[in-house]
Amino acid sequence: MTGFAAWDEGAARALLAGMGGGQDKVLPMLQALQAQYGYVHAEAVGLVAAAVNVSRAEVHGVVTFYHDFRMELPAGRVIRLCRAEACQAVGCEALVDEAAQLGVPVDGPASGGVAVETVYCLGNCALGPAALVGEELVGLLDVDGLRALVAGA
Amino acid sequence: MFVPGDAAARSVGAEAVALAFAASGAEMVRTGSRGLLWLEPLVEVEGADGRLGFRNVRAGDVAGLVASGFAASHALAVGRVEDLPWLARQSRLTFARVGVEDPLSLAAYRAQGGLAGLAAARGMAPDAIVAAVLASGLRGRGGAGFPTGVKWRTVAGAVADQKYVVCNADEGDSGTFADRMLIEGDPFVLIEGMAIAGLAVGASQGFIYLRSEYPLAEKVLRAALAIARAEGVLGAGFEIALRMGAGSYICGEETALLESLEGRRGVVRAKPPLPALQGLFGKPTVVNNVLSLAAVPWILAHGAEAYAALGTGRSRGTLVVQLAGNVKRGGLFEVPFGISLREVVDGIGGGTRSGRPVRAVQVGGPLGAYLPASLLDTALDYEAMAAVGGMLGHGGVVVFDDTVDMAKQARFAFEFCAKESCGKCTPCRIGAVRGVEVVDRIIAGKAGEIAVLEDLAALMTDASLCAMGGLTPLPVMSALKHFPEDFRRALAA
Repeated sequence: MTGFAAWDEGAARALLAGMGGGQDKVLPMLQALQAQYGYVHAEAVGLVAAAVNVSRAEVHGVVTFYHDFRMELPAGRVIRLCRAEACQAVGCEALVDEAAQLGVPVDGPASGGVAVETVYCLGNCALGPAALVGEELVGLLDVDGLRALVAGA
Repeated sequence: MFVPGDAAARSVGAEAVALAFAASGAEMVRTGSRGLLWLEPLVEVEGADGRLGFRNVRAGDVAGLVASGFAASHALAVGRVEDLPWLARQSRLTFARVGVEDPLSLAAYRAQGGLAGLAAARGMAPDAIVAAVLASGLRGRGGAGFPTGVKWRTVAGAVADQKYVVCNADEGDSGTFADRMLIEGDPFVLIEGMAIAGLAVGASQGFIYLRSEYPLAEKVLRAALAIARAEGVLGAGFEIALRMGAGSYICGEETALLESLEGRRGVVRAKPPLPALQGLFGKPTVVNNVLSLAAVPWILAHGAEAYAALGTGRSRGTLVVQLAGNVKRGGLFEVPFGISLREVVDGIGGGTRSGRPVRAVQVGGPLGAYLPASLLDTALDYEAMAAVGGMLGHGGVVVFDDTVDMAKQARFAFEFCAKESCGKCTPCRIGAVRGVEVVDRIIAGKAGEIAVLEDLAALMTDASLCAMGGLTPLPVMSALKHFPEDFRRALAA
């Protein structure tokens, strides 16, 4: 249901081969791999390291530094709920409580193919609480709206 | 007719509205947002005497609107959009085109005065361009407020085989969305500004570092860059590459951003050397915020004097206020520097969305101070904000009503710093964690810990490598100073 390709080392290698070879390509490469496979496969670290001629440790450091990179396939849809100040001011923490009530605690494991994660600012600060589902931004999110998102409506 | 395609407008249903209009056979232009976000989706219809607006249109309203012939008497009609006091009061220079036309039409961009600045710059010597930016008084809109012209002069004067222009579009501050709105609503002005910067400093390559939380802005910008290349705006001696961030707040700090662009962890660098002398790949680099670069085409097209004529004191030109949080009328508001917080929060914003009294306002993002209602008469400019112990930052104003617990907000400031610290310097990496613990002990009723908190804040302010650790004490200590009762609640109980 996630629409990601299954990990394929040969295909990943081919993907990276078309992206140039400087160290500055480390993030674009990891992003391309994650877009394709849904996560950064353990073997991908070595492939990127080889492609730009840096150590695996260097690439591992990058993967673990940035919040966006995942090392496991997401268990389903991800609802990214903004919990920064502007959304706090309009009650996003009540949505955090609601998510727990719904059995999908924020930053906890996925349940029923849905996970809710914290994000700090989606740039929708005048129409908060805000969430990002895939590439779709949601504004003025309330408890009913969150229930609908979790239910996949 | 015009339906906004901006992410904020989409977040409250603009996409469904556009689909419904399309189904009705209406001809439609997708625009950016005018910034009157509480009215979104704000649909506009070209009439005999200008554009009529219809507020908060839902897909279900579309059939009725069409049937009424978009009558000015319709319940959702707001009259001529340009006459709305919210828009009429503004001086839109940077945002003049946002929300008006198709953001990806280079012809529309030209017709509205676009590329005039670049044309002027192409006829000038590089040092004349730098002199114009200097004379305009433009200061960095990312937060630090450093004079843009001085930065450009430094890079222009550096001798190197390669120089770079880097646009910081890692708009991570909560309460700010101007970079996103500009990129989604008028991407060519940013491209034009960067091309002018390239001419001024002698750089042939630009990079835009855009945060990954803005997927729509990424799409629009990629499309705009392709059009700019195809139409020869780029390519003739200056090229721009778009790079996406990966969810790290600290990468909005310029040296961490450069590390990230080079393919490493976003760990800040010690300064000096200044990025202007040893920046990206060790080469002289202009690192400017989106709004700084986007102000430049106007300055070149209309003259530095015209820009400098606006504003107050050492804050020249216009300020792009982003009004957010618990506010009735939130959105983007561009005015000359000098407007007071009260005018912004009460006048323009109409008070809180909840209808309760305003208790606190955080200006300048997560590292900005919390100000009490008693300081609302402070002007929103660099110096006035500093004088009350705050900072203007990127122009975000987040409103809180009287239900806010300021001790919790102080705790959050440390928590955020702990999560987002790059880890390079000890005051920030360890101080933020200790800060959460100290605030927890204060909340639990240990009054003696307030002295520890003050000590920790002083240490982080004085000894941190960058603004993340250095300014985290700002929201914390302003909360303690202006709202001590929230910290002493447990003591009193």
